Amino acid sequence: MKRHLPLILLILAVIVVQLLTRWTDTAFYLTPLTMTGYYSLVIVGLCLLMGYAGQISLGHAGFFAIGGYLSAMLTTKDLMPLKETLLLGLCDKLGLLVQGQDMLGVASLQMQPWAACGFAILATIIVAYAIGIPVLKLKGHYLAMATLGFGIIVYRLALAFPLFGEADGISGVPGFPLLPGLAVSGDFNSRVSNYYLAWGMVALVMWLLVNLIHSRVGRALRAIHGAEGATNAMGVDTARYKLNTFVISAVLASIAGIFLTHYNGGIGPSEAGIMKSVRYVAIVAIGGMANLWGALVMGAVLNIMSLRGMFGSYDDAVFGGILIVIMLFAPQGLLGISLSATFKRIFRRGE
Amino acid sequence: MLLDIKNLYRRFGGLQAVSDVSFSVRPGMIKAVIGPNGAGKTTLFNLITGTLPPSSGVIHFKGQPIHGLAPYRIARQGVARTYQNIKLYPGMTALENVMVGRHCRSRAGFLSGMLSLLWTRKEEKAIREKCLELLGLLDIADLAEVEATSLAFGQQRAVELARALAMEPELLLLDEPAAGLNIYETAEVARLITKINAQGITVLLVEHDMSLVMDISHEIVVLSFGEKIAEGTPSEIQHNKEVIRIYLGEDDAED
Repeated sequence: MKRHLPLILLILAVIVVQLLTRWTDTAFYLTPLTMTGYYSLVIVGLCLLMGYAGQISLGHAGFFAIGGYLSAMLTTKDLMPLKETLLLGLCDKLGLLVQGQDMLGVASLQMQPWAACGFAILATIIVAYAIGIPVLKLKGHYLAMATLGFGIIVYRLALAFPLFGEADGISGVPGFPLLPGLAVSGDFNSRVSNYYLAWGMVALVMWLLVNLIHSRVGRALRAIHGAEGATNAMGVDTARYKLNTFVISAVLASIAGIFLTHYNGGIGPSEAGIMKSVRYVAIVAIGGMANLWGALVMGAVLNIMSLRGMFGSYDDAVFGGILIVIMLFAPQGLLGISLSATFKRIFRRGE
Repeated sequence: MLLDIKNLYRRFGGLQAVSDVSFSVRPGMIKAVIGPNGAGKTTLFNLITGTLPPSSGVIHFKGQPIHGLAPYRIARQGVARTYQNIKLYPGMTALENVMVGRHCRSRAGFLSGMLSLLWTRKEEKAIREKCLELLGLLDIADLAEVEATSLAFGQQRAVELARALAMEPELLLLDEPAAGLNIYETAEVARLITKINAQGITVLLVEHDMSLVMDISHEIVVLSFGEKIAEGTPSEIQHNKEVIRIYLGEDDAED
């Protein structure tokens, strides 16, 4: 299976990097690497939407934030005052709630991380459909502006509500026990397992998306990108295909938000910010738009550099600048350019 | 009747692009729609395929009303088309372009595509083989892996035709299939249309090339300024006074 060769390389690279950090005693790199893994989920999802289906979204940080904030809120904030409500009563009966104590020893009530995760994903799907149905009728600049508007709304809501911690965000988010012995958390001792969990998810999502773009559906998506009217006339329900792709990429962003929030132990409004959305778009562009592996590689490199503080206080400016430069000089993406140039050089030498 | 059009109207602001047009297409025939530029031929095609909704009037396909349906629904009922200004998908090979035409005859969805299930891989293989066969039928099998939009004009027309045939349509709408082709290529197109028709596919075509239309069609509809002014066999049309006046006797200066 030729198309899965990069996947094997990815898995090998993930293992080699972990071994390297162990041999060189630089395990502190595992934290930014794990965070990068989760950001990569947002990026490859957006790559599917932008590069293949040809629909831009400048609001994906919003979906990331919906996932992150909802799971943080439900697992952290005291739900006791709402205990008598129908929904929470039902959750209690289903065993989705946990009793705890706050710092003063007062009994408090939170949701199980699994249940919170489920609710957050469900909410993302509902919001993505509600936004996607009207917005995906728009094209080009108008679609970009509408999704940008959605991103701004989510950002302002995160800042406005005490429930979401306003400017401070939510902290003290508990770990997310996935399997016995494996929890998504920033616990020092589970750094290695969390690193493998994050990148294992990236590998799984890449397998799913690479399969998808090589399928009947992926072909139809690329056709929509090329000539939407002529694709509809081939029997493709183009509106539904665009919407499904939008929802899939929103759910990937939301899952990334949920997992990263449990890993970091909290989430702040900067994760919902417009500059985050711009950053995701910039990375997809620099990866070459219709290039899942390009987006993944460029995303990994740039996110690690950013998380290690290499761009200093110019962080956002760097990504904004990247977007401008790529659009001007390399609309095929950075990898596309260097690859084709390399090929040309090789062939010239061969002559 | 395979296709039945009754009292079809389409307005664009103040312009009556199609006005009270009625005709029908019997299964198995080649029918041509001719008329001067701006007569409403392409608009008529867009109305039949659902790209545009009619202002009023009805269109029945196999006895079922299709006017006002979305293009993809009409396509799924067995209506395929090609475009006057070719609409191939850039960044995709000729074969991939044709494979998109197989969409309505296959069923792998998002989930099964992501999981790459055994049956979806089998289906994908069948799609590929069927489309290679179609490229062979149109003598462009050797171009299968070439990016479609980089092909020569005539070859692009062939890819578009293959894509339409991949849908296994009952009715094939060809919008000026010989536009931009030389006389040899036009003769080749004529031979192809006859061959496609012989396989049981009903053809409705819009065309400017009179020799092509007169050679291959069984019946002709003539439009002028959105209205049907004549309908009949090629010899009837050739002797129709109104048609002769429109094509030969009009004062060019008025335009």
